[in-house]
Amino acid sequence: MSVPEVLLQSVGKKFLGSTKPVLEGIDLAIERGEFVSIIGPSGCGKSTLLKLVAGLIPCSKGEIAIDGAKPDAARKLMSFVFQDATLLQWRTVEKNVALALELEGKPREENAARTAQLLELVGLSHVAKHYPRQLSGGMKMRTSIARALATLPRLLLMDEPFAALDEMTRDRMNEELLRLREEQNWTVLFVTHSVAEAVFLASKVIVLAPHPGCIAHMVDVDLPYPRTQETRDSDAYDELVNRTSRLLREAHRV
Amino acid sequence: MKKRSLLLVNSVLVFSALLMLWEAVILVFHVQPYMLPNPLTVATTTAERLPDLFAAFLITAEEAAVGLLAAIVVGVLVALVFARSTWVRRLLFPYTVLLQTVPIMAVTPLIIIWVGAGFSAVMLIVFIFCLPSIIANTTQGLISVDENLVQLFMMHNASQFQVLRKLRFPHSLPYLFVGIRVASGVAAIGAIVGELFAGSTSVGHGGLGYSILYAQSQTQTAYLFSLVVAATALGFGFFFLAMFFEWLLLHNWHESATQSQLE
Repeated sequence: MSVPEVLLQSVGKKFLGSTKPVLEGIDLAIERGEFVSIIGPSGCGKSTLLKLVAGLIPCSKGEIAIDGAKPDAARKLMSFVFQDATLLQWRTVEKNVALALELEGKPREENAARTAQLLELVGLSHVAKHYPRQLSGGMKMRTSIARALATLPRLLLMDEPFAALDEMTRDRMNEELLRLREEQNWTVLFVTHSVAEAVFLASKVIVLAPHPGCIAHMVDVDLPYPRTQETRDSDAYDELVNRTSRLLREAHRV
Repeated sequence: MKKRSLLLVNSVLVFSALLMLWEAVILVFHVQPYMLPNPLTVATTTAERLPDLFAAFLITAEEAAVGLLAAIVVGVLVALVFARSTWVRRLLFPYTVLLQTVPIMAVTPLIIIWVGAGFSAVMLIVFIFCLPSIIANTTQGLISVDENLVQLFMMHNASQFQVLRKLRFPHSLPYLFVGIRVASGVAAIGAIVGELFAGSTSVGHGGLGYSILYAQSQTQTAYLFSLVVAATALGFGFFFLAMFFEWLLLHNWHESATQSQLE
């Protein structure tokens, strides 16, 4: 039997000084290659869950295993994409993309080639020498994603990466993300507060209920990949979005 | 371009008008030259005594520069320690505020006892003048890094030194330059005031401050005017240099950059 890519067993998190836990009794197994969206009302611990998986903060209860290992020992497999592009303002786009490789001590010449290839992939070659402040929101986010992909992650953790973008840009970025995934086949954990985005991207949507955050529902999204604008126009998609929205509303009410 | 030349013409006109007003005050109220010399006298005195003026200028500039550089080096090192430990920061930060509020003239006698009047004493006064703003601003820069960026570095198993060198230090540079800009304005003032109280009095070692005292004792009013102009130029020069280095290092990525929206 294969080990799940991400395994959470009765995971709970309580922050120091607060009386109620943020997350409680989370059991979840994600197989390799799955695209899992996590939605839920704000304050239900979506981001906390992602940071627990990344090993950026420790669990209060339960166990998390990434490919059978502890999260902080499995960081080489993972990349994290934050809500803000979190670029270093003093570095050009290409230097920002090279950051992760640099931190992991890869040789410089190798980085340059890899960086150029990544910029090509996300369509930013023409602004390689620009500084972040000169970029639009969408371009900043693409830089951030290119940086995350630089270390060839198997598991991508994305915390509302497109939340600050306008709807048109967001839709396009969603399609680009799926296109990249087809080539590189990562496992993705994607936090969002948009039901439409969650359904469009994922093979499985997890609905969290708040106070304390726990898994209320799981929705399998059996829409075929590759997904395009046609997917958005289909009845099956509409039906899934409606159902998920309903479940989200119910989860909120509890 | 047209606007700029118009501004230049206007500036020259205003300057000439001020000179004429100066001259008129002397003529109308029969002001004696030892009280207020006319612009022409000031100009000729300045020209005549240019070598003296320049020598004094250089001495003061050197005191201010060494004091300022020492404050930058020490200030950044202290800020690194402060940024490293909240505990140390809470305990020691109040003293930097204290350093800023202590009237430097009250400490001058002590400095003279410790290091003697002269270059070292003035340098030390400049150093004390400049240090607080460097420490306060750089510390602020080092600790105000976005928590997500720190976590990003953690995700890629960055060492503490990498976080400092590739994240905290570059992030603090604009803050450091705010500190340097403030300090550079204060450095020239500090050096001149320092010289008034603790400057060298040996021949050929007196800076602008000392020259001011000497010119006052000899009632060389016109030369006093030249010295004031030189002192102002020194302050402006330091400030301008600080701005230039700031621009040189930061103009690519910081506020001063020209913004161009792509896409």
